[in-house]
Amino acid sequence: MLDVKKEIVEILAKDARTPHSEMAVLLGISQEQVAELVRQLEEEKIIVCYTTVVDWNRISGDQVQALIEVRVTPQRDRGFDAIAQRIYGFSEVKSVYLMSGGYDLTVLVEGNSMKEVAFFVAEKLSTIDGVLSTATHFVLRKYKDNGVFMDFDENGDSRLAVSP
Amino acid sequence: MNRLNHTVEATPPSGIRKFFDVVSDMEGAISLGVGEPDFVTPWNIREAAIYCLEKGGTHYTSNWGTKELREAIAQYMAQRFHLSYHPYSQVLVTVGASEGIDLALRAIINPGEEVLLPEPSYVSYAPGIQFAGGVPVGIKTNMDKQFRIEPDDVLPLITDKTKALILPYPNNPTGAVMERRHLEELATALRGRDIIVISDEIYAELTYTGTRHVSIAELDGMRDNTVVLSGFSKSFAMTGWRLGYACGPKDIIESMFKIHQYTMLCAPIMSQAGAYEGLRHGLENGFADVEKMRREYNRRRRYLVKAFNDMGLTCFEPLGAFYTFPSIRATGLGSEEFCEALLREEKVAVVPGTAFGPSGEGHVRCSYAYSLDEIKRALERMERFVARRKRG
Repeated sequence: MLDVKKEIVEILAKDARTPHSEMAVLLGISQEQVAELVRQLEEEKIIVCYTTVVDWNRISGDQVQALIEVRVTPQRDRGFDAIAQRIYGFSEVKSVYLMSGGYDLTVLVEGNSMKEVAFFVAEKLSTIDGVLSTATHFVLRKYKDNGVFMDFDENGDSRLAVSP
Repeated sequence: MNRLNHTVEATPPSGIRKFFDVVSDMEGAISLGVGEPDFVTPWNIREAAIYCLEKGGTHYTSNWGTKELREAIAQYMAQRFHLSYHPYSQVLVTVGASEGIDLALRAIINPGEEVLLPEPSYVSYAPGIQFAGGVPVGIKTNMDKQFRIEPDDVLPLITDKTKALILPYPNNPTGAVMERRHLEELATALRGRDIIVISDEIYAELTYTGTRHVSIAELDGMRDNTVVLSGFSKSFAMTGWRLGYACGPKDIIESMFKIHQYTMLCAPIMSQAGAYEGLRHGLENGFADVEKMRREYNRRRRYLVKAFNDMGLTCFEPLGAFYTFPSIRATGLGSEEFCEALLREEKVAVVPGTAFGPSGEGHVRCSYAYSLDEIKRALERMERFVARRKRG
């Protein structure tokens, strides 16, 4: 069943709206089995949530994103977790990753303008206890996001219409 | 005096070609007619070929193909199909498996000798046999036997002129496969006879049986009489790169090499560089890209087969390649008639079974090398068409 679960995730990761009835046909199992497996995947938090990939710039104009390198002092007993939690609680923060290498946390922040993001970093992020330094990198253009090419489609069908 | 070669002149052009010309002029047509993957070649392979050009890799390679590629092919055949070939004397890199077919036939056929081949089958075999001076002898297959060949089909056709048997499984156009037990039966009938098996295994990576493809060359006593042909087109989505290979007994590979050396010289160097990267990467990560494509094909396959059976076009379960071969008897139309009417009325292109030999009559070939969305759109139109015909 593990393989089938993997396939369900593959299908839903591509189109979360695929109906159970269609998945049943695609996978050669019953609709009830699909429902049960999806339920398990949700319960195990393998499927965390169903979301929509949006080109935000086209709906709310000047959305900006920044990747912020954060260096912190880890705390006794709780390591990086406590400070990460302080950071990821903010709604401006879209993602937080613990990193290896030259700094500790990557924080992905979204805002309506560069100014807004810059103020967030200055007022909220860098003032947290244990934050040693921050470096803010604004995203200028996205070429590929979530595995999707943003501005060019190489899958346009250039094959011969009929071939042996 | 006729200035053309008699054999070539007598060979009809491919039945697919005629169809292609109509479809390509039609606006808004949807095709399920292609015989190549819809996936683009994985980027690491493309990047390796670009790098090959950048560093000045623009020359001939060894006639055999580059050493590294032949070593990787030998390793691949061993790891994936339990076939052991010496990389320097039993592996020949060809310009697509298509060249391999031509080379194998020319290397073994003397004028008038007969070559058995299942029918319906890929369009190149019969003309290839004729161009080589041989006589094609069709082994009729049908839906009742899942389009496999059995000893009883083959034995009555064997004469003292029988030189070879072409064994094209997983099969284009039917999607049929021959599993180990079927091959064992066939091998039992072939052992002790001097019949060379030309095993075209270009779709070997695309089977949906739950077990991996088995090559007849793996069976006891068959290795020395079998030439395995394969390539990168289907498993690595590399059709346009034109790159294949042949593995087999030294004497046959050596003869094929001779023809290749004098006619083709070598396969394109950048294609070889790309293919090497595909194998190298795959041998390291268990061919994850190939497996991913296979899973995706398998899902579309199930969808298409169910849809055809639901609309009354009986479809046996094809367990290989990326084709379905539904029966169209329920519509009362012949294969060509069906395809022409479907194209005219609903602008959907599928390939008549007869393009692959007369015993393909009553069937059409529909490929699932398309996105599920495209498949759904084509099916909607086909369903309309079939419903109309069944009523009428």
